[in-house]
Amino acid sequence: MGWGDERTLRVVMPVVIAAIALGGWELAVRAYDVPRYIVPAPSLVAKTLVSDWPILGPSLLVTLRTTLVAFAIAVALGTLLAFLFVQSRWIELSLFPYAVALQVTPIVAIAPLIIIWVKDTQTALVVCAVIVAIFPVIANTTLGLRSVDPGLAALFRMHKASRMQELLRLRVPSAAPYFFAGLRVASGLALIGAVVAEFVAGTGGEAAGLAYQILQAGYQLNVPRMFAALALVTLAGVSLFAATVWLSRLALGKWHESELERER
Amino acid sequence: MVDVAALDKVYPSGTVALRGITLAVAAGELLTLLGPSGCGKSTLLRVMAGLAEASAGTVSWWGGDARRLGEPGRHVAFVFQEPTLMPWASVAANVRLPLELAHRPRAESDRAVREALALVGLEGFAASYPRELSGGMQMRVSIARALATKPDLLLMDEPFGALDEITRGKLDADLLELWERRHLTVVFVTHSVYEAVFLSTRVMVLSARPGRIAGERVIDEPFPRNDDFRTSLRFAEHCRALSSLLVEASEARA
Repeated sequence: MGWGDERTLRVVMPVVIAAIALGGWELAVRAYDVPRYIVPAPSLVAKTLVSDWPILGPSLLVTLRTTLVAFAIAVALGTLLAFLFVQSRWIELSLFPYAVALQVTPIVAIAPLIIIWVKDTQTALVVCAVIVAIFPVIANTTLGLRSVDPGLAALFRMHKASRMQELLRLRVPSAAPYFFAGLRVASGLALIGAVVAEFVAGTGGEAAGLAYQILQAGYQLNVPRMFAALALVTLAGVSLFAATVWLSRLALGKWHESELERER
Repeated sequence: MVDVAALDKVYPSGTVALRGITLAVAAGELLTLLGPSGCGKSTLLRVMAGLAEASAGTVSWWGGDARRLGEPGRHVAFVFQEPTLMPWASVAANVRLPLELAHRPRAESDRAVREALALVGLEGFAASYPRELSGGMQMRVSIARALATKPDLLLMDEPFGALDEITRGKLDADLLELWERRHLTVVFVTHSVYEAVFLSTRVMVLSARPGRIAGERVIDEPFPRNDDFRTSLRFAEHCRALSSLLVEASEARA
């Protein structure tokens, strides 16, 4: 494995960039004596992360739980809807415009309504995140289920394949790459939905998520904690994304172009 | 085996693809449909496979209609222009597909898959994925998939059109050997005069727009045929005759 090796580069380069950026930031903050309530140094953020962990840790879990539950529901419900759309043109024509309408309306605008309508705040947050995350699952899976090689479709027809055989052996595998691409987008959107909904709900107490901690720290001009909470949100998003990439590689690695190692 | 009578095919757009096609496929022959691009020869083959419906006229398979295809003694297999393999499945799984769709017992289909892969010379590639194979090898897998069902009629739609000349020549020769050894009945579509003469017992020439039968020539040459045949005077004669049929067909229209 030399330096030009893609896998090495994929790890080394981002680390180098991070080191340069964080190092420069640290130096600049120290050199210009920037007050901590404007821009805290990375070292201070790290310290805050440790010292405030009793507050931030549980909040991270709350936000993660909302995100994961919403993500799971979005994937299950979105896939189900995609199957319905593909089975019946009627259902698709009737429902698809509303899926689009829901997608293009900003969640910040819908969230207050949902929070009024749904008694349990946790449930309301999940509903908001599902609304944001579900669209790419529906759109991609529907597209995938339709993107069947016409030659293979003819072959299945010639051999008198049942509808079930065609679905399981042809449509589902053909849709897999599209589905996983949708999954990647949806994982990030679920987190965004959860955080935005938390902001709108402003829930404190036991069920306080990271967004609430950011809001509270903002009121108190506790900028280091804002940064620490922000870092946790980013970390959560990146981890989720990495998990979907790993899943996708597991499922498609053997055959799909997107997951093959580049040949040189 | 297959009888096509006074067949017309008109597309919904109004384009007449085929007009007044009448032909009969006899058991054991290797019949080639030869014609320029867009003459409807692929469409004709799809109708003969039961993949497309005729607008007028009749097609019958062993005296029955399309619904009886797939019954014992009425197996039709189709080889497409492209390999048309499932990229997510291994070579063996691709070849096994038609057997699985027909709910054949696993042990029986495993044996059929092994035999079919041996026939096309791909014994060692059962576990490979299609993307790991060259275009010619993928086409062999496609042929193995068709042969695995032990078809009573094999329809091939320009199967080697996308391959380079050398690979094509090799696959033509291999196909001919398979045809002889397995006593296949084949209908083969091509736009290459040379391929038609080399392979066929009989060639039907189609003209374009609308597709009609412009002529027919029996290639009454002994088998096995090899490279000596390709360079023989007789080969050249057949080619010349078919070429002029093709030219006449297109001039009659213009």
